[in-house]
Amino acid sequence: MPENIIQVEGLTKCFGDFTAVDAITFTVKKGEIFGFLGANGAGKTTAMKMLIGLSKPTKGMGSVAGFDIAKNPEKIKKRIGYMSQKFSLYNDLTVKENIRFYGGIYGLDKKRIRSKTQSILKELNLNDVAGTLVAALPLGWKQRLSFAVSMVHDPEIVFLDEPTGGVDPHVRRQFWETIYEAAALGRTIFVTTHYMDEAEYCDRVSIMVSGKIEALDTPENLKHQFKAKTMDEVFLKLAR
Amino acid sequence: MFKIFKAFVKKEVYHILRDRRTLLILFGMPIAQILIFGYAVTNEFKDAKIDVLDYAKDQSSLQLVQHIQSSGNFLLNRILHSEKEIEAGFKAGTSKLVLVIPESFGADLYGNRPVSLQLIADGSDPNNANTLVQYALAMILDFQKERLKLAENPFQVRVETRMLYNPQLISAYNFVPGTIALILLIISAMLTSLTIAREKEQGTMEILLVSPLPPLLIILGKVAPYAILSFINAVLVLVLGYFVFGVPIIGSLTLLLIICMLYVITALSLGTLISTISKTQQDAMMRSLMGLMIPSMILSGFIFPLASMPVVLQYLGHIIPATYFIAILKGIMLRGVGFNFILFEVSVLLGMTLFFLFMTYKKFKIRLE
Amino acid sequence: MNVLRYLIQKEFIQIIRNKALLPMMTILPIVQLLLLSNAASNDVKNVNLVLIDKDRSQTSRLLRNKIEAANEFSIVSYATNNSEAMPYLQANEADIVLEIPNDFEREYFRGEAPDLQLLVNAINGQQATVGFGYLNRIIAGFNGDILENGSMAQMSQTAPRAMIQIASRNWYNPELKYTHFMAPGILAEITALLTIVLTAMNVVRERELGTIEQINVTPIKKWQFILGKLIPFLILGLVILTVGIIASKLFFDIPIRGSVTLVFGYAIVNLVAVLGFGLLISNFAETQQQAIFVAFFFVLIFILMCGLFTPIESMPKWAQYFTIPNPLAHFISVSRKVLMKGSGLADIKMEFIYTIILALVFNSLAIWSYKKQQ
Repeated sequence: MPENIIQVEGLTKCFGDFTAVDAITFTVKKGEIFGFLGANGAGKTTAMKMLIGLSKPTKGMGSVAGFDIAKNPEKIKKRIGYMSQKFSLYNDLTVKENIRFYGGIYGLDKKRIRSKTQSILKELNLNDVAGTLVAALPLGWKQRLSFAVSMVHDPEIVFLDEPTGGVDPHVRRQFWETIYEAAALGRTIFVTTHYMDEAEYCDRVSIMVSGKIEALDTPENLKHQFKAKTMDEVFLKLAR
Repeated sequence: MFKIFKAFVKKEVYHILRDRRTLLILFGMPIAQILIFGYAVTNEFKDAKIDVLDYAKDQSSLQLVQHIQSSGNFLLNRILHSEKEIEAGFKAGTSKLVLVIPESFGADLYGNRPVSLQLIADGSDPNNANTLVQYALAMILDFQKERLKLAENPFQVRVETRMLYNPQLISAYNFVPGTIALILLIISAMLTSLTIAREKEQGTMEILLVSPLPPLLIILGKVAPYAILSFINAVLVLVLGYFVFGVPIIGSLTLLLIICMLYVITALSLGTLISTISKTQQDAMMRSLMGLMIPSMILSGFIFPLASMPVVLQYLGHIIPATYFIAILKGIMLRGVGFNFILFEVSVLLGMTLFFLFMTYKKFKIRLE
Repeated sequence: MNVLRYLIQKEFIQIIRNKALLPMMTILPIVQLLLLSNAASNDVKNVNLVLIDKDRSQTSRLLRNKIEAANEFSIVSYATNNSEAMPYLQANEADIVLEIPNDFEREYFRGEAPDLQLLVNAINGQQATVGFGYLNRIIAGFNGDILENGSMAQMSQTAPRAMIQIASRNWYNPELKYTHFMAPGILAEITALLTIVLTAMNVVRERELGTIEQINVTPIKKWQFILGKLIPFLILGLVILTVGIIASKLFFDIPIRGSVTLVFGYAIVNLVAVLGFGLLISNFAETQQQAIFVAFFFVLIFILMCGLFTPIESMPKWAQYFTIPNPLAHFISVSRKVLMKGSGLADIKMEFIYTIILALVFNSLAIWSYKKQQ
């Protein structure tokens, strides 16, 4: 029985009168690919931001990698990687410089940074464009680079917020392969998406509707439970 | 078509209204500026300080020192005892002018022998030094006249002076027009160039450009709210100047407002031009700050008289729209001149505006292709 | 410490790679310095005059010649009466109209003290008084001239004039060169202006682009982040300052009497204060636009009330207190004192103390207001 690397209970976030995340409770097991599903505006990103220490919870408890999210957000940050919805590498730095910079501020030493740079460039096949400004790369490449950079310090958990927004199905497919590779190394993957077909790739998924988690199980079980052929149908039934 | 245009303008108005802080600054800036100019900043000297190094220490020297203070222009700062203290005072910035009275002052004065006094000024601030020395000279000559009862020269020329347009020499008369020019430039040129650059930086400009409106109309829709905003601000400065400092508007108000309108268009076209060549907001900001704001402040005759500058700078001053605008404002507001007096300035301003508009149009087209 | 190195390195790459910004940060300040130091002068060098000589006598011609010979005046026109002269004032082509009345000569020699009429365009009060002063001096001198070479020489024998001779000397700047006074001040102003505005935009720019979120999920410390922003711009400021001082020396031959090390030592403290202020603005601003306008608002107030253009001593007392939290006022005071007068550390200790306090306050606030979490 693997341990729970993320544990959340009654987590709530209010902005004034508006409750964006309404007392959600769930756990994520070490090593699994956890899909955090929901329509736009359902509260996925807000919930995730509380887990990674970008946003303070209004109420409720949670722990990530053994640390309390309210009390020890800085300790959590050492153990997690994060790839935001908005592409957020520096457009005016080259591929190599971006890797070096993030390696540097995660406190890696020079040797580690050099070997990490080598391996990322090789894995992503980016050797030819290592000295190119990131701004000039196609979106799909940027996203894979962004993902790789978010793991430059070998985190236990990687949080991905809508990692495949705006690219075509073929590129999305490719991206998921890299997610599998990361998971194969024992990393826990926490991924939000509103593409229901991507839910099929996850070990377990939760579905959020207006701030609440309405369903949580493996894709198989959910389809069974809701008597649906695809996750899309599950979602439609829930949202209704 | 008009509906879409209206929607554009509306969107921009909302954008302006939502950013309360910028709005606050936009109205706070002219108010602060007017108040600072009016109440805090001045070139006049009150209570200038003078140090005295008195080697004589006799009746006459004491009387001289007293006389200098009596005018109310000078305050005795310190009595010095040696030459060395002069330098120390200057270096620390605590003294600006030192009067050195020689040992034999009293005796020489009454013995009809020439007396020489020394005035030593801290010349690092030339303006200050000059004025202080002039004041002190006047006081000393006055003292001499009183002491020695010089026979009055019967042949005199009297000068009768009338200070026209600003009889009480109120400084607001000079800076209100300048402030209007600056404010219009800040809002019309700087703010619009930033807004357009922002849309470019965030990639939303492309979305606007694919809308069914012709690009020029899009730009017009973007800048129209700023034109109105800066116009309101100009009126605010006029009202403040009038009610707080009594700066009059002698000439035609209608003419004044029409000219303001023309200048707003000049500034807007400049702002748009800047934004067409700038890629980021930072870029646009640096260009408008260094290329527009500072020259317009310094070389337009707003703060420093253009006529006293080196010839090269005078030429530069004459290619800045603000120079003409300020000249026109002063003419209409303070001297009450009619259109025929400002014909030249207005046509220059108009020519510049057309040139900038043409340039913007060309640049804009190139960028689209 | 290592983390800091990477932050600084990244910031520098971004600064240098920004093709549009780099010349704005290097060449333009120098151009500005050269232009503004020349432009910013309260000297009145040229007064435009319209002359109305109604007397047309020998004496009035003498006065006219004297005025024509003076460097400060250019005669725009000779008019015959007031209504001919007024349009020149109206059109701003003349600053002063001088009218020599009928019977000027006759009244003068009868000792009736004739009136010269001056009409002064007083919109700019300061210029008016200065121009008026010049003219008064010439008229006074004219009086003396006539006395000396005229038949009235016996006057000067009975009563010795000008018994007290006054020698006035101007230390540090004997020729009263305006550029020597302005250049150090403008240099301080431009450096502060640039660094405030650039830092004010910096953090908020990362927020607008979304890159700051990526930094906020790293375990980086707040002070590391702030220092990582501060140091590159501090170095940039020092570079501008160095180039500026060299340019001022080359072009204006400004005196450097004091210790350059002291100037730079102070400049570092001052820039840290100024940068802290810029970062503070950036932390509070929601958009770059907002940051610029807030920064610009303060910079404008700083510049107007820093003693650069008008002396602080002639402000009202309450306004003088407002210059204490103004880092620019201290910077200008120090650069003028040390460069021109050779003042030492003891002479600028108050400026140092105030600036250190400001630096501490601004930077603590900047660190405090930088929120990694919402």
